[in-house]
Amino acid sequence: MMEQQAKSKIQMMSGNEACALGAIAAGLRFFAGYPITPSSEIAEELARLLPRIGGSFIQMEDEIASMGAVIGASLAGKKAMTATSGPGFSLKQENIGYAAMAEVPCVIVNVMRGGPSTGLPTLPSQSDVMQARWGTHGDHPIVAVVPNSVRETFDLTVHAFNLAEKFRTPVVILMDEIIGHINEKVSLPEVTEVQVIDRERPNVPIDQFLPYQFTDSLIPPMASFGEGFRFHVTGLCHDETGFPTNNSKEIVKLLTRLNQKLEFHRDEIIQVESNYLEDAQIGIFAYGSASRSAKRAVFLARERGIPVGMLRPRVLWPFPDQEVLALAEQVSHIIVPELNLGQIAQQVEWAGRFKAEVIRVNRIDGEPIRPEDILEQIVAIYQPGN
Amino acid sequence: MNVYEKYLRKNKFPLIWCAGCGHGIVLKAILRAIDRIGLEKDKVVVVSGIGCSSRAPGYLDFNTLHTTHGRAIAFATGVKIAKPELTVIIITGDGDATAIGGNHYIHAARRNIDLSVIIFNNNIYGMTGGQVSPTTPHGKKASTAPYGSTEHSFNISGLAEAAGASFVARGTAYDAIQLDRMIEKAIRNKGFSVVEAISPCPTAFGRRNRIGNPVELLKWVKDNSVNVNKARQLSPEELEGKIVTGIFMNEQKPEYTEEYAELRRRVGFTG
Repeated sequence: MMEQQAKSKIQMMSGNEACALGAIAAGLRFFAGYPITPSSEIAEELARLLPRIGGSFIQMEDEIASMGAVIGASLAGKKAMTATSGPGFSLKQENIGYAAMAEVPCVIVNVMRGGPSTGLPTLPSQSDVMQARWGTHGDHPIVAVVPNSVRETFDLTVHAFNLAEKFRTPVVILMDEIIGHINEKVSLPEVTEVQVIDRERPNVPIDQFLPYQFTDSLIPPMASFGEGFRFHVTGLCHDETGFPTNNSKEIVKLLTRLNQKLEFHRDEIIQVESNYLEDAQIGIFAYGSASRSAKRAVFLARERGIPVGMLRPRVLWPFPDQEVLALAEQVSHIIVPELNLGQIAQQVEWAGRFKAEVIRVNRIDGEPIRPEDILEQIVAIYQPGN
Repeated sequence: MNVYEKYLRKNKFPLIWCAGCGHGIVLKAILRAIDRIGLEKDKVVVVSGIGCSSRAPGYLDFNTLHTTHGRAIAFATGVKIAKPELTVIIITGDGDATAIGGNHYIHAARRNIDLSVIIFNNNIYGMTGGQVSPTTPHGKKASTAPYGSTEHSFNISGLAEAAGASFVARGTAYDAIQLDRMIEKAIRNKGFSVVEAISPCPTAFGRRNRIGNPVELLKWVKDNSVNVNKARQLSPEELEGKIVTGIFMNEQKPEYTEEYAELRRRVGFTG
């Protein structure tokens, strides 16, 4: 049944459905979630599919419990995921921080809708992107991926699980309602063709095992409950043994390793796509559904002979600062279209060290950004006065 | 080696608990129960939230998980569903389980999922300095109820019973022997089991309410405990302020992970 669904045949499916299938292809066997528009289809699909393959689905009593259950299942050895939207993402933040601090691999899908608060439950936004980075308290790293198509949602969901496992981190999949609900033609890979990474297991005798060992890779090998290691997991600052500490040196060691862990491996994590950038004089930095409109705008501009190109992140956090700096040094302007009030535009300004002027194209009324709105800015830059 | 040494991480001592705290008594009752059942240490997971009692897992030589405030039962649900062969025991407090954690408490009971919850009830938030808790008795003083609490406590065991738990009992740190018998039954029960253990706090609760030293506090618990069978014959007025002890619920009911396993078989999973 699973093989049939992932076979190389053309299907129509939504982003939410592709997310569910990508998760299963990546090895998801535990989902805990709570209904919230526009993400509920992910839970519904997994409620249907997981028991058939020996996995587990549970609708928990609230968003916070869902996140807790996901972490518990991961510590017991299962790949685990939850899915939500803005209000639920806010509720989950404390436990997301726990997963970051305790280095528990897990995946959190946020199908972004209009905010703040109850906002626009059925309409898209990209206004949780900064929250994905800093929603939980304290100095912590996080990984977030931003697919812009149904097929890419499948691929980046697999990638999210692999990053979670490899780097022992929570990973956020930032879709928006457009990507979640759009139906597109896809041809998915066979489940057997999908490259899956599992967490590194301990390779020392039990009595030498340190659950938070400082390794060269900055990533401690991970055991699961019930395998004989009998280790302690806590959200308190801890040393390599996993037990709480107030010792100044140990605290600095832990938090430094934790926050350097992803930066140290940034070349393995960062993924950007370049379109028409070789000779570009004007750049666009766009992600998610806004990048679909931007791609069209680039095409229309190129038809008019305007040298514009697009840099598109597939991974938003860690932020592709080096790539943005290179772009800012090349072009005069970077247009950042987003369904929010400029959360990533600000990031582009900082990363680009203001070497290029950043032009915001923002839409916050729950409607998609139109290619014409981006093209208008491109033309205004290239031919001012026209 | 005595029975306790087998299960303790002695290198993590001294305990953070105050001299005279009831928690040590309750913890030993848990260990006696585990020893009598003969559980394999590798197959036991002890999950806790935040508070004085929630520091217990750090001292125990099992798979231990110290989570966020109120969320132990949620994390434990994930552990149990992912690996049902593990015995999952939750150590929590009155505030952790019934204030911030109330929702998870109710729904785990409703699911009758095979978890054993030991609530170390000291009627106060001890770790943070003695603030009022949902089980602080009416009129008693706490740091956030300096004039005496205007609220009333409630029957946190009764809540689990009403929500669907298959084993519910209340014991006290005074009657430690009865307590470990209850905890043993709770762990053996294949379903959601609650043992509420009255475990007095001389530092935050006792001092502020001038009940005196730990010995007097335990004596107060003893003098005000009534067994459930005797309590049935008393009037509401006679029961006012009393601690009703005993087993309130002990039934076989369908358990969550078993029902889900059956569902898997039903939809065609043969593994």
